[in-house]
Amino acid sequence: MNRQAGSARRPYVRPMTGWWRRDPFFVRYMVREVTAVIVALYAIVLMVGAIRLSQGEAAWNGWLEALRSPLSIVVHLVLLAGMIYHTVSWFEIMPKTMPMMFVGGKRIAATTITRVGLAVAALAALALFALAWGLRP
Amino acid sequence: MPEAAKTIEIEVLRYRPQQDSAPVLQSYLVPFTDDMSVLQGLQHIKDYVDGTLSFRWSCRMAICGSCGMMIDGKPKLACQTFLRDYFPHKLRVLALAHCPIEGDLVVAVDDIVAKLESIKPYIVAKEPRTLQQGEYLQTPAQLEQFEQFSSCINCMLCYAACPQYGLDSKFIGPGVLALLHRYNADSRDGARAERMQIVNAEEGVWSCTAVGYCSEVCPKHVDPANAVNQNKVNSAKDYFLRFVAPKGAAK
Repeated sequence: MNRQAGSARRPYVRPMTGWWRRDPFFVRYMVREVTAVIVALYAIVLMVGAIRLSQGEAAWNGWLEALRSPLSIVVHLVLLAGMIYHTVSWFEIMPKTMPMMFVGGKRIAATTITRVGLAVAALAALALFALAWGLRP
Repeated sequence: MPEAAKTIEIEVLRYRPQQDSAPVLQSYLVPFTDDMSVLQGLQHIKDYVDGTLSFRWSCRMAICGSCGMMIDGKPKLACQTFLRDYFPHKLRVLALAHCPIEGDLVVAVDDIVAKLESIKPYIVAKEPRTLQQGEYLQTPAQLEQFEQFSSCINCMLCYAACPQYGLDSKFIGPGVLALLHRYNADSRDGARAERMQIVNAEEGVWSCTAVGYCSEVCPKHVDPANAVNQNKVNSAKDYFLRFVAPKGAAK
């Protein structure tokens, strides 16, 4: 391979501008990454609630009141959609992040890992919802 | 060639370093039959229409890894992609993404080959063994740990699918890291500590952001994303275990 100066080679490097719009796969990846911010935003909403709780009953009730506003409901719907997308896309990539697992000498298929992850997430969400429902005043 | 009833338009990204300052698209009309691959379409162009067109090929049966290119935006082997699947639309053929274009559909492989050499892509015996000791024995479970990663044909489709490599070519990249794992995961090998230094570096597994497209486009089902991400776990272990076992390879 000729790497010396004066070589006739003139390799052309293409720009990467707008790379993530080039393939639908990259767009889905970017949405997965962006929805991680949504997960963080919702954590902040909950954290504010915890802080308001520590400040006494009036502060706590004010936070609850703020959550009931139409704007807050719209924001929560957007956050919910983002959370669901993030959960699904994360469990889709999860088998790639794990060492090989064997049960009875057979390798567990990637689709099984994804399905188990999604089922556990759905059950946890349902259990939490049932708990919150049961504790209603 | 049998009488062709149909004609398909193939747009090829041309780059002739002697005369072009940047690549340009050139269109060709190619008569084709249903059994013709994109590679055969390009061969028709070269043999009958325009002899100046450059592209790599060898085996025509998806095992040499030479004819990787972007076909309608997707990294594919031209020999196992068929013209009939694009007809009646035209198709666009570009050199593999993220690699410098040497000329037309030929990419410069210097960088990836140098990386491949750097990982010692061969078994480094754990201990010297005499003939009398016989062969190395391996259980089916030990074989399974590396077998799928040994199917790599170095076609570089995974590099064309990896935006992290496109954004910063210092990243070792999916294919080479998968081969690195192939040897590290082999029970006969003894060079793991050396290779872990490549894994642990910034340009090793930590440049991967789990896009996962590399595994999607791999024609041999190597699943490089799995090899890379398993090694994030190994790299983290390597880092933390040095506090327990100071002889770890992490620096």
